[in-house]
Amino acid sequence: MDPQISVRDLNVFYGKHQALRDINVEIPQKQITVILGPSGCGKTTLLKSLNRLLDVTEGVRVTGQVLIDGENIYAPAVDVTEVRKKAGLLAQRPYPLPMSIYDNVAFGPRIHGTVRGRDLDVAVRHYLELAGLWDEVKDRLHAPATRLSIGQQQRLCLARGLAVEPEVILGDEPTSALDPVSAQHIERRLLDLRGQYTIVLVTHILRQAKRLADHMLFMYMGDLIESGPAREMFANPREDRTRAYLSGEF
Amino acid sequence: MTDRRPAWKRRHFEERFFKTLMRVSFLAVAGSLGAILLTVIVKGLPALSLAMLTQTPKGGYYLGKEGGILNAILGSLLLAGCATVLALLIGLPMALYLEIYAPRSRWAGSVRLALDVMWGIPSIVYGAFGFTLMLLVGLRASLLGGILALTLLELPIMTRAMDEVIKMIPKDLEESAFALGTTRYEVAVKVIVRQALPGIITGALLAFGRGIGDAAAVLFTAGYTDRLPTSLFRPVASLPLAVFFQLGTPYPEVRQRAYAAALILTIIVLGVSLGSRLLAARLSRNVVK
Amino acid sequence: MRPVTTASPASRTGRESDLARRRLQDRVSTWLFLALTALPLTITAAMLLALMARSQPILAGHTIRELLTGQTWQPMQGQFGFYPFIVGTLWVTALAMLIAVPPSLFTAVYLAEYARPTTRTLAKPVLDLLAAIPSVVYGIWGVVAIVPWVGASLAPTLNRWFGFIPFVAANNPTGFSVLSGSLVLAVMVTPVIIAISYEVLRAVPDGLREAALAMGTTRWQAIMHAVLPKALPGVAAAVVLGFSRAFGETMAVLMVVGNVAKTPSSIFDPAYPLTALIANNYGEMMSIPLYDAALMGAALTLLLVVLAFNIISAVILRGAVRRAAA
Repeated sequence: MDPQISVRDLNVFYGKHQALRDINVEIPQKQITVILGPSGCGKTTLLKSLNRLLDVTEGVRVTGQVLIDGENIYAPAVDVTEVRKKAGLLAQRPYPLPMSIYDNVAFGPRIHGTVRGRDLDVAVRHYLELAGLWDEVKDRLHAPATRLSIGQQQRLCLARGLAVEPEVILGDEPTSALDPVSAQHIERRLLDLRGQYTIVLVTHILRQAKRLADHMLFMYMGDLIESGPAREMFANPREDRTRAYLSGEF
Repeated sequence: MTDRRPAWKRRHFEERFFKTLMRVSFLAVAGSLGAILLTVIVKGLPALSLAMLTQTPKGGYYLGKEGGILNAILGSLLLAGCATVLALLIGLPMALYLEIYAPRSRWAGSVRLALDVMWGIPSIVYGAFGFTLMLLVGLRASLLGGILALTLLELPIMTRAMDEVIKMIPKDLEESAFALGTTRYEVAVKVIVRQALPGIITGALLAFGRGIGDAAAVLFTAGYTDRLPTSLFRPVASLPLAVFFQLGTPYPEVRQRAYAAALILTIIVLGVSLGSRLLAARLSRNVVK
Repeated sequence: MRPVTTASPASRTGRESDLARRRLQDRVSTWLFLALTALPLTITAAMLLALMARSQPILAGHTIRELLTGQTWQPMQGQFGFYPFIVGTLWVTALAMLIAVPPSLFTAVYLAEYARPTTRTLAKPVLDLLAAIPSVVYGIWGVVAIVPWVGASLAPTLNRWFGFIPFVAANNPTGFSVLSGSLVLAVMVTPVIIAISYEVLRAVPDGLREAALAMGTTRWQAIMHAVLPKALPGVAAAVVLGFSRAFGETMAVLMVVGNVAKTPSSIFDPAYPLTALIANNYGEMMSIPLYDAALMGAALTLLLVVLAFNIISAVILRGAVRRAAA
């Protein structure tokens, strides 16, 4: 199968500091790819470069190409909002929009004009079910989203992101702010979504990577050290640094 | 990824529309500053001369055609200068109390609220209040009266500025000073004030700038005169009132004095405002971070 | 906090008297500084009391309704109808806010969300300077630039096209009018609204912006649907504070607004705000009976209105910045 995302010679600079060095990697379709590595190695930077969310930060310079479905998203004529429609982000901390639960999920379809009128109700329910939140909120869809618990909010953010109908879901340590029960919930949802979406997750928890990853990228200090199918990497890491990290040495 | 759906088109048109609106607003705001400064300079520059700056008005109240605005310049400097000193003497201890002696008490919260409220009271109300106090005490419109009214006006500005400055000093400095066994007084005066000195000066300059430009507070309380300030108990001229009283006369020479006063006042105030920023930036380089 | 010292036997007495002095210093300064902090509340209370006392005589002879709704102002004949002045103040202030708020909010959003760092650094001194310019200088600008333009160009043009609407009709426009006052006030009030709104907007966490953008919104959509709603209470407080400033402004308005004691019926009519009333007549107020009480009453009204607005907005602001950052 063709890779969903191809990264070619990607370099990212924050001012003078180089955060990513010559990244070349391919991310397979409809699998969970986990980006692993110690803090500060550039995992989040790489993740955010995949949907051009890096553009939001001031002073960022990006060279190289990121191809999604064969199209370079950093080409000059490309519309950033369309890129982000294709690849959505689930952040570390949930940030519900200041509106009701219903409106949060309906936000994406409304903005992009993809679903209208009564179909919205059906769509909202569908995505809330996908995120595993429907049963808990079906009676209070119009309550403010801020009243939910943090685990519920994160699932809401997942539903909200899915409602945009992306092809890729990017997750930036999406369970690190959650209690273990909610974290487990999110992990299960992600595993369920695997066949329909390409998922790229950043984590620094080895166990989580073991549970979720089909494919893995190991990063260290801005470089991509190794990448490959997860099982192989865990059993037989090729690089010394990978081996050291996976065995918990740092 | 170049979609041409109507929703997409609408979004991007909307984005560009509002971006233009925002840029225009910003330029309008910046432009209005330019317009004001231009007016003051165009009107005031021709009126400036050595005589204008060094002489008092001659030939009687309102009608005198010669002389200058020295009375107003000196008067304003005295009024605002003394008021700023007084406001500093009261405001700095207040801020020290609020930040060092009793930082999170309920009292501090109420005092801060009262200061916020005072900050917004119109200067004419300070003038009216000052006037009633003066009547009570038997004081007539004078330099002293003006100083009192301006002190009241400057006090909330001064205290708030001091408060902000002291707040910015890292807690560690304060705590390590206390750990050495110093009293609150010593920490406040010997450590904090020294650290905060640039900010204190800036705050004082800010309050000075506000005080010297105010007309409504001194209207009732300082009176006006063509003579140079000689006594605390006699009326004193001020630049804002020099503008106010002399702008409306039919005599162009007198109007010239108003324009000149406005230009001098603007230069002083802008100089203080910009200068205090630069001063703060330069002095804070030497301060412990 | 009690200071702790270790004293060696040799210098104990020296250290003890030293310590006593320092303790005294601490105690005296604490009481002195504490006393000073009582000043703001005391002064505010004293202001209210003093103005109430001095305006008492006029309340004795006239009911509040008479004073607030009476339309004739003839102090020498004992007529003190404040209605034209109240309406004048409201017109000038409300119109000023209408003119000032949209550009101010747009500018605040622009500076907080779009502008490059260099633009932001440039904008700070511009706003500081605008806020520092004395009101008489605004007044001169108004007299020299705004009034002639309103009187000679704007009023006749608008009157020709829209003169049938009483609100904008102009009969012999001199330029000294509600509109001139509002235009000048609007510029004066803008830096306040911008500065506070900017702070509140910057307090909204970036994560919220990213969350919206990650769904494929444009920047403007992210601001409209995510950032602004969160910042709304603080922005509202900024507007209230601006209103309060405009309400109490004296000199600049006085110089351009015409000062005719008649209720305005069009924006091109002159008006006579309360602040101008007080400022213009303080000279005569002691010589006509009850005049001083009337003017002090006007000052008291100003104080009460401004106090109310300031307390409301201070309370809102305290909570708003905290909530925006949450």
